[in-house]
Amino acid sequence: MNVGQTIINGLALGALYALVAVGLALVFGVLRLINFAQGELITAGAYTLSLTTNWPVIAQILLCFVVCIGLSVAIERIAFRPLRGAAPATTLVATFAVAFALEAVWLIAFGANGRPAGPLSTLNTIAIRGSLNLRWITIVEIAAGLVLLGGTALILNRTSIGLQMRAAATDFRTARLLGVRTNLVISFAFVIAGVMAAVVALLYTVQTPLVTQTFGLDITIIALVGAVVGGLDRLWTATAGGFAIGFATSVLGDVLPASQEKFLTAFVFLLVILLLLLRPGGLFTGFGRTTVERV
Amino acid sequence: MSRLRSVQTLLASIGLLLVVALIGSGTTAATQQNFITALISAIIVYGLYVFVGNSGVISFGQISFVAIGAFSAGLFTIPAQPKHFVLVGLWSFIADHTVSNFASYLIAAGLGALFALIVGLPLMRLSGIAAGIATFAVLEITYNLFLQWTKIGPGPTTLSLVPISVGVWEALLGAVAAAIVAFLYQSSRRGRLLRASREDPAASQAIGVNVTRERWLAFTLSGGLCGLGGALLVHQLGSITVDQVYLELTFLTLAMLVIGGSGSLWGATVGALGISLLDSWLSAAENTVHVVFFSVSLPNGASDLILGVIMAAMLLFRPQGVTGGAEFSLGFVNRLRSRRSRAGVEPSRTGVEGEPKPTLEQDMQPTQGVESRAER
Repeated sequence: MNVGQTIINGLALGALYALVAVGLALVFGVLRLINFAQGELITAGAYTLSLTTNWPVIAQILLCFVVCIGLSVAIERIAFRPLRGAAPATTLVATFAVAFALEAVWLIAFGANGRPAGPLSTLNTIAIRGSLNLRWITIVEIAAGLVLLGGTALILNRTSIGLQMRAAATDFRTARLLGVRTNLVISFAFVIAGVMAAVVALLYTVQTPLVTQTFGLDITIIALVGAVVGGLDRLWTATAGGFAIGFATSVLGDVLPASQEKFLTAFVFLLVILLLLLRPGGLFTGFGRTTVERV
Repeated sequence: MSRLRSVQTLLASIGLLLVVALIGSGTTAATQQNFITALISAIIVYGLYVFVGNSGVISFGQISFVAIGAFSAGLFTIPAQPKHFVLVGLWSFIADHTVSNFASYLIAAGLGALFALIVGLPLMRLSGIAAGIATFAVLEITYNLFLQWTKIGPGPTTLSLVPISVGVWEALLGAVAAAIVAFLYQSSRRGRLLRASREDPAASQAIGVNVTRERWLAFTLSGGLCGLGGALLVHQLGSITVDQVYLELTFLTLAMLVIGGSGSLWGATVGALGISLLDSWLSAAENTVHVVFFSVSLPNGASDLILGVIMAAMLLFRPQGVTGGAEFSLGFVNRLRSRRSRAGVEPSRTGVEGEPKPTLEQDMQPTQGVESRAER
């Protein structure tokens, strides 16, 4: 396995995790809520794709977006809005409960055996052959990551709603006093989270075509860990963290000898603990920022 | 007077455990398992409560100490003869030593505490989300090691042939012991220092509380209780896999604590017993449930769905948990207080008996609390 291939694979997986991390970080930014149900959005999108295999690809993709965004907004409206202002542990357990219930729904509706999906599976072919083998999906993942992250950055920096979101993430109370519409901003964050989930569902089903109940949960947990290591307080640090953990997992998986590879998770999480101890406020958070502030 | 009132909560918790055990002992052998499971859940939730409840720092890692307790108790009590045949890769120290079941509880609690002591040394400096993720990393590492490393366990296969010795009374004894330990800790000087740091880390540091050290002590004690819980679990079931002491148990026990009310021993008791029995009953209903005249069987997975919905609904109605984080008391004070906190107003006398309203992690606290309430 040569170095270039290792790096390219790392970039692709990193881009995927970064997209999950963006959704988590946007919601965390406005609500201070760690949304474990984000993973269920991805699962929902993937099941949508698996249920509509006979449809034209465009229709499948559209429906996937509709389901993810709709579910995202619905969860916020039904489960999280009444809990606004509750203790963080309460909201955290509420998101567990929602994820737990949705996973049960998938089990009842679709069984335990998993269903095939993958409307874009043609992308899993080699685009450029040579010393480096480059698959279409790798190119698409990296491109989609760049486009969506760039798009999110544009929305946040160039539009009114983006400005309101950034204001709300910085200081919710003051932002409200200055006329930021809470529900609009929060719903918008969940819409973007839904979009990200749909894209991840589309791309991830190419590599992992078998959709099971925990399809989305696993990558969400890893992305969350990455986002926290990067720094959940700010969008770009969280995204970079999500990217980093995807990249590190992929590279370590390539680098570790086969006998050690089964301990990959342990290595990654050991690294996570070390980084958290060294930089509890986030790996990419600027130096000299104090984390404890008391007025 | 005040001491008398605080003992009420311990007596009430023990009373509730006793009631569950008594009801359980009168049922059939199969149903009895559900009651034993509830009592063992209580031990684990007490372990969780000692750290999470008292410190206000969320931890996803305590189930790794349950796993350590379960596997150490299991491995050291499997008879030597089959152990050598079934688990060939095992370290000779584990393979060659077999102890009595009672000694295995002590080993499990000791190892749980020891590992918590070691892990807690670096980790207790963290708080907030960083602490949550770091403890989660501990869970992932423990899971990965137990799953892959056949020197210290059965690997991905089931650890079986563990002697079964836990019935209702053994489980009750364990739960009562755990409740007493948790109670003694929370009413001790050290426990009160930690609870002070939960309410206001900065202020408690200012009056000389070494927050890191107090958290470390609670974490270690919690590790010991969790290890004991794991040992009872393995001796109830007779076999165990790594997946049984992983994410689902983590989420479920945390949910028990938060739904009961994470700030009080009484909350931990109510949450653990209530949710565990509900879970068992729903799982049984997945096979068949008798509703007065006819019997219904729910589809596979329905019990989890109902449990998830009930848990979410309970949190919507009682965000502070069923007990509101208050300790059990016969007095009128508590009813008044819980009514106030339900209305969203902070009780003016926060520490009637040193049991203020629980606030987990000041630094994770959302800033929009007051406004969004006003908006509703």
